[in-house]
Amino acid sequence: MSTTPVERATTFARSWGSLVGIGVLALLLIVVAPAVLDEFRLNNLGKYCCWAIVAVGIGLSWGRGGMLVLGQGVFFAIGAYAMAMHLTLETAGPDGIPVFMILYDPLAPLPGFWVPFRSPIFTLAAVVLVPILVASVLGFAIFKRRVKGAYFAILSQALAVALAYFIGGTIKLTGGDTGLSDFKSFFGYDLADPVNRRMIYTITAVVLVLCMLVVWQLYRSRFGELLVATRDAEERVRFLGYDPANIKLVAFVVSAVMASIGGALFVPIVGIISPKEIGAAASILLIAGVALGGRASLFGPALGAILLGYGRSTLSERFENGWIYILALMFIVVTLLLPDGLASIPRRLSGVVTSRRRTA
Amino acid sequence: MESLIAPLLNGTADGALLLIAALGLALTFGQMGVINMAHGEFLLAGAVSAYWTQGVVSNTNISILLALPVAFVFAGLLGLVLEITVIQWMYDRPLDTLLATVGVSLGLQQLFLQHYPSGVPVKKPSLLDGQLDVFGYAWPLRQIFTICLALVCLAGLAALLRYTTFGRRIRATVQNRPLAETLGIATRSVDRLTFFIGSGLAGLGGVAASLIGGTNSQLGTRYIILAFLVVVAGGLGQLRGTVIAAWAVGVSTAYFADWTTGSLASVITFGLVVVFLQVRPQGLFTIRTRGLA
Repeated sequence: MSTTPVERATTFARSWGSLVGIGVLALLLIVVAPAVLDEFRLNNLGKYCCWAIVAVGIGLSWGRGGMLVLGQGVFFAIGAYAMAMHLTLETAGPDGIPVFMILYDPLAPLPGFWVPFRSPIFTLAAVVLVPILVASVLGFAIFKRRVKGAYFAILSQALAVALAYFIGGTIKLTGGDTGLSDFKSFFGYDLADPVNRRMIYTITAVVLVLCMLVVWQLYRSRFGELLVATRDAEERVRFLGYDPANIKLVAFVVSAVMASIGGALFVPIVGIISPKEIGAAASILLIAGVALGGRASLFGPALGAILLGYGRSTLSERFENGWIYILALMFIVVTLLLPDGLASIPRRLSGVVTSRRRTA
Repeated sequence: MESLIAPLLNGTADGALLLIAALGLALTFGQMGVINMAHGEFLLAGAVSAYWTQGVVSNTNISILLALPVAFVFAGLLGLVLEITVIQWMYDRPLDTLLATVGVSLGLQQLFLQHYPSGVPVKKPSLLDGQLDVFGYAWPLRQIFTICLALVCLAGLAALLRYTTFGRRIRATVQNRPLAETLGIATRSVDRLTFFIGSGLAGLGGVAASLIGGTNSQLGTRYIILAFLVVVAGGLGQLRGTVIAAWAVGVSTAYFADWTTGSLASVITFGLVVVFLQVRPQGLFTIRTRGLA
């Protein structure tokens, strides 16, 4: 089948145009933002970027894979607590015991599962490998049993709730509901120094851009096509000879790793991690940004998460109680009227324009 | 002896409360396939109704009985409004009902929090103040009241579904909507009434919750996920499994709480239900279909 030059040009633009978009976003986040924002705002933007990293993963699992991952807080927690444990031990010094443990029991030794987190390399490996392991086991069990749709959503949310309860209930081991905080340094860099904080921001922004590149490549690959096919007609994919469970598993694991990395970067930027950041409400807020931006689009999840994060802090500064109503209304309006999020507005508008032209 | 009996009885009462919440979900989720995350906040609406009724009728014994129909109608009407404004547009996308109703739930919670920052102080009825001696354990009458209420709800719902014309219409609509429509059933009004009853049941649960536990804005959040798990673990489309699952969850949480701590008990129960769903994703009992989904 021969293609006209115009068709070839549009296919080219569709595939590589997104890459240009990612480039622009990278320029904005890595070069422009540090130049124009003050330290406080930049730190806030860093926090939103952490949520955006999680959101990119959710976009892959939910937007393209159709798995409503309501429990990404679990993987966020894995990365965040791994990092927080390392930073706590770093602050306590070599052979030191974290302050909160001394408060409960001055003579208690360091719990066994804390010990390896003294090593920075082990910590970084854990941030990536533990979510892979956990998500593989969970995902394998869940998808092979063909649990999907609402059941999957409720199950994953239940896991986040259970983990938040667990951390809240094991105050001597994990800091409980107060969480872990008061970190002094980040892999040897003083966290009070603005230069180092700027560096952590840049790392976060770069990681976000890398995650977007990963999903860009996944979306245009054969795997991306299969994932969307599985979302839209799982049985047909099965009848074609593929195992939908494996396809979903890959997407689920990738999004788990992204959630974990987002959590790990969240800790040095925000300076505290507690069950409040991982439980049901937090996991739903992670979803909210993705829904707002557009779950299935490439840029929607990340931009939605950043926008929601920004809206959250500005609105809650201005209207202490009112912003929750705005958030509530956003949930309803977006799911009711804009199920494909803000990203679908340009397409809808151009759709209106072309249909007018046709009728004219 | 007492240490073994106490968790059994307390757990049964907890399970009964969970059952009332889950019965409503068994209707709206199990029968209609709608995931209503605001169902937990309808429990709050029930607790608020109990508080309002006490403001009008000062005798606590009478007011609690009056609160039951008030709560049922109030929560039911909330559900009806939700169905008409939001849910009716989304019957073909169940996962989106989840998201939209999360928004509703956030809004209702905040509304409650602003009006009653420390919860609604519902006075306990004086007739239910006593205890019943069970093998040396003083079982609070309020818990027995909750269990009775749950049994009444269960019997009422089961009878409604099995013996009345309306119940037959619900089942017909659920099992085969186009066929039900060709037989002249107004499926839209059946949907609305089903949603009204399901939400109303949550209101009754709220009255019971105001008697045996605290009522703060987190009441709904505490029960909603567990109630969904109970409905799923029991198996959709019938009530028998829901009853067994609710009771099992209530009692096992009480025993684990006795052996460990409250929050660890919740973790263990959650874990057990999740593992159970791995073994039997279709729940305890299932209605067999030839559908692929």
